[in-house]
Amino acid sequence: MVMQRADNSGSSLRFYWRKAVSVTMYVLSGLSALVAIIPLVLIFYYTLSLGLSAINVDFFTQLPKPVGESGGGLANAIVGTLVLVGLGSCISLPVGIMAGIYLSEFGNNAFGMAVRFLTDVLNGVPSIVTGVVAYTMIVIPMGHFSAYAGGVALAILMIPTITRTTEEMLKIVPQSYREAALALGISHWKTSLRIVVRTALGGVITGIMLAVARAAGETAPLLFTALNNRFWHTSLDQPIASLTVFIYNYGVSPFDDWIAQAWAGALVLMLMILVLSVAVRVATRSRFEER
Amino acid sequence: MLSHVINESQLAKASTGGRNVGDLVFKNLAMFFAAMILVLIIVMVVEMWNSSALSREKFGLSFLTQSIWDPVQEEYGALPFIYGTLVSSALALIIALPLSLGIAIFLSEITPPWLERPLSFFVELLAGIPSIVYGIWGFFVLVPWIRSDAEPLLSSSLGFIPLFRGAPYGIGMLAAGMILSIMVLPIVSSISRDVLKAVPRAQKEAALALGSTRWEATKIALSYSRSGIIGALILGLGRALGETMAVTMVIGNRPTISASLFEPGYTMASVLANEFTEATTQTYLSALIEIALVLFVITIIVNSFARLLVWSVTKHGDAASRQ
Repeated sequence: MVMQRADNSGSSLRFYWRKAVSVTMYVLSGLSALVAIIPLVLIFYYTLSLGLSAINVDFFTQLPKPVGESGGGLANAIVGTLVLVGLGSCISLPVGIMAGIYLSEFGNNAFGMAVRFLTDVLNGVPSIVTGVVAYTMIVIPMGHFSAYAGGVALAILMIPTITRTTEEMLKIVPQSYREAALALGISHWKTSLRIVVRTALGGVITGIMLAVARAAGETAPLLFTALNNRFWHTSLDQPIASLTVFIYNYGVSPFDDWIAQAWAGALVLMLMILVLSVAVRVATRSRFEER
Repeated sequence: MLSHVINESQLAKASTGGRNVGDLVFKNLAMFFAAMILVLIIVMVVEMWNSSALSREKFGLSFLTQSIWDPVQEEYGALPFIYGTLVSSALALIIALPLSLGIAIFLSEITPPWLERPLSFFVELLAGIPSIVYGIWGFFVLVPWIRSDAEPLLSSSLGFIPLFRGAPYGIGMLAAGMILSIMVLPIVSSISRDVLKAVPRAQKEAALALGSTRWEATKIALSYSRSGIIGALILGLGRALGETMAVTMVIGNRPTISASLFEPGYTMASVLANEFTEATTQTYLSALIEIALVLFVITIIVNSFARLLVWSVTKHGDAASRQ
């Protein structure tokens, strides 16, 4: 109604109304950014305050104590997580890096497109499903839970991240580097490995660290592959402890002592992942500044 | 194709003393590993298809429509889990959509560059927090808050809607939806931000030149990038559907279908996490694997659809900005 009136006061009212809407919407969007930060701050606050009060030297050096005995630590779980991520890396690194090289250097065809698409699809597969697959593929034939099965489940999760970041990073390497090397008579495969991969090595390592960080935080694929173990593992053929599965088991337990240790475990896990992602951030930033 | 390559390399071998054998080996090795990803997906499907044979033969399609889950009587129907997965994910998106749009607008339109980097970093840090940490935080902090504050408030103000009726347990569908919304926020908002940034500058400048306010120009950018934002939402949906640990710890794990969001529920991922190691009979195990297969198929469809949407938009955006 206001708009239809041609006099000045009406249109200026309309103008101020539109201005007000603009400012309000921008304030609302700023508020939603603030609201999104709140859970992050709260999660950090609770993990830090509850985790710190339960953390001590024993936590890193002792085995879990039986129910009713206080104290003890999760040393075997920390080592177990490292072993599982190491196993996952052993399987996923060659596959991921080589597939990434293929996609970047030779993948400009229908097969390359298909692999690229399926890698993205694999990236979206729920982690619990990879656990089920590792169970049917390894645990059932072997007849028991094992660190190997857990490593395979984690590897399936790591492959797409490594493949896609390797591809993206190799693609950043200028085409002229390849041409210069080939013009000097260096064979194609040496160009790929010694020139292209080496130039993009920082980026490739970034991708690997991202995948490692994600795998270290996974619980669901380990629940029925690596299972859990309250003692040191003596071989990779056995169930093995992991930080995440311990956090889950202890977190839902009725014992205050265990719940406190679950928070300490969460803190250690978060610190591991935080260090990795900050390192990635610093590595990528310096790379972009160079360019 | 292959014989063609070999012929070429044999020619090269004759002229350069066999150096290109390395090329042939390297290329085929790289191709072999790329093909392994393809094989991996096929193996995953085949494994789950074969291992769920018992349940598929016994229950057929009624597996998806039956709502009785009774391991004692060997009666398995997956409907409560499918329902729980869909409802908790939908709830997560309903909560996350306005928030992540706000964040995307804030990051792409308002924030000065020096603030944008640390803010994006914080939002992405949320994505790096392990699901199990969200889980214990949800279990010990979010659920008590929902029980003591959120649910009494909702039932006293909106209690006339069946969704918000019932006893305030804390754990239940509402808690699952809220924790999932926190978890999908980073992916939805960061992709929406990228999509908004792909809108050609000329679009917004034209709007501003015609006398629109900054918000009106932003609205034009929003409608321009609509399908990309829908793609971001569907990618978030893909994540929410498969989320396991955090949901398992707060949803209550009871295979019932109820109208109220306050009631406990169960999701496909949670039932796998809880009951897989307890599956004592072959049929039980096979029914659980069939649930994994259903979840796998649903997420693959959702993710493929989202990838295609985001891909078409960012490509379109790039092309438009180059013109």
